[in-house]
Amino acid sequence: MLLIECPWCGPRAETEFSYGGEAGIFRPADPHALSDAEWADYLFYRSNPRGTHRELWNHAQGCRRWFGVERDTVSYRIKRTYCLSGASGGQPDGSAGGLEAGSGKRR
Amino acid sequence: MKHYSALGLLRNALGRNRRWTPAWRSAGPKKSYDAVIVGGGGHGLATAYYLARDHGLRNVAVLEKGWIGGGNTGRNTCIVRSNYLWTEASLLYEKSLKLWEGLSRDLNFNVMFSQRGVYNLGHSLQDLRDIERRVNANRLNGIDAEVVGPAKIKKAIPCINTSPGARYPILGASLQRRGGVARHDAVAWGFARAADALGVDIIEQCEVTGIEVRAGRALGVATTRGAISSERIGVAVAGNAGVLAKMAGLRLPVESHPLQAFVSEPVRPVLNTVVMSGAVHGYISQSDKGELVVGAGIDAYNGYGQRGSFPVIEQAMQAVIELFPAFSRVRMLRLWGGIVDICPDACPIVSKTPVEGLYFNCGWGTGGFKATPGAGWVFAHTLACDRPHELNAPFSLERFSSGALIDEHGAAAVAH
Repeated sequence: MLLIECPWCGPRAETEFSYGGEAGIFRPADPHALSDAEWADYLFYRSNPRGTHRELWNHAQGCRRWFGVERDTVSYRIKRTYCLSGASGGQPDGSAGGLEAGSGKRR
Repeated sequence: MKHYSALGLLRNALGRNRRWTPAWRSAGPKKSYDAVIVGGGGHGLATAYYLARDHGLRNVAVLEKGWIGGGNTGRNTCIVRSNYLWTEASLLYEKSLKLWEGLSRDLNFNVMFSQRGVYNLGHSLQDLRDIERRVNANRLNGIDAEVVGPAKIKKAIPCINTSPGARYPILGASLQRRGGVARHDAVAWGFARAADALGVDIIEQCEVTGIEVRAGRALGVATTRGAISSERIGVAVAGNAGVLAKMAGLRLPVESHPLQAFVSEPVRPVLNTVVMSGAVHGYISQSDKGELVVGAGIDAYNGYGQRGSFPVIEQAMQAVIELFPAFSRVRMLRLWGGIVDICPDACPIVSKTPVEGLYFNCGWGTGGFKATPGAGWVFAHTLACDRPHELNAPFSLERFSSGALIDEHGAAAVAH
């Protein structure tokens, strides 16, 4: 079982969370401008790396907030969790004030 | 290849079993092949076998990074059936089921295919409506299927809990009598032996580390045992499909997830059929050794680690105990996880790719074992003719941009 550190609630069991898939995928601003292949890439194609994966989790049975997780898909070790904020949601630098997990404090 | 027979078995038994010879040669890689298959699981070996048998391509290598049948072929719950909803899917799985029916004879290897029937349970009114729809769809496609009520289920499976007060009341089920189980290791060994006899080189401990692509054409692979050139490369590596695609500069619409299963200590014969329940995510059968074989659903997160999380096991076990209260004191002996590559529409990709000469057989998700002979058969056709067979033409990569998806998620009545 994964022990996931919610940026707001601290470390909790995996069963409290629901998985939201790969992070950093944004709905195209103008879908009509996209070719079929580009639209398919947005809808269906994923990076599915063997190694570090940036993904979204929702603390469904806790604060019910979405946040980002960097996790190794082979060892399943969680490298860090971070807040999503605005348009930069899911970006690794968590710009616009990413909250690092481990502080365990509400900000 | 030494022909296996009852007489041969007797002769070897009298000779204290000292005269058995290896079932296939231990081949080293040559510099080049007419076709290279990456992945020595059931699908890859079946592809090589049908390439050699039906298409006359015998200068073929199967490259396996570990040992034969050590991946998902040895990490499943052995269930074989073809009762899918949509015509495209059911015809493909039915082709496979037809091949299963003659497989032991074709391969001269007992794959222990046992058509003991597969029940898909319904626990709600909507489940039952879906079951009736699927059974009708199956019958229109010439696939045996019937709807059975609780009384008939109870008669066929005495240890199942059909009481109306059950946590998951059983209101009915679909039954495919031609479905059943097969011995997974025997399938890999049988295909390996038969392919080897036709001249295919089976090369174990040989991991592909790169795919050489020049001007949109695949020219060969780099491996831990040297470079191998080939203008036809078929990839059948299940959960690692994305890793291989990346080597050729491609992306795939698949994500890899752990799928877990477990077996109990051997017990006396108690369950002579296969019981599946999509609604509660558990499926169960009893092996010939007496072990109860239980399959769970996938772990939600992406993973390559060949293990999953405990809550998934707990959930599957809860479901099985609700259905079979008598199993609550059976102890579980072993558990394993395989890495399955899931497509957005829960249907496989058996297809050409944008790279010429490079073909992918992937995305089978949790349903790959039952498809082993059929997948190999259509994939061999695709490689040999450079175009898909009409059975796998709908399962192309292009369907994700054309929109012609085959939505089997939930349609096939099970945790896929």
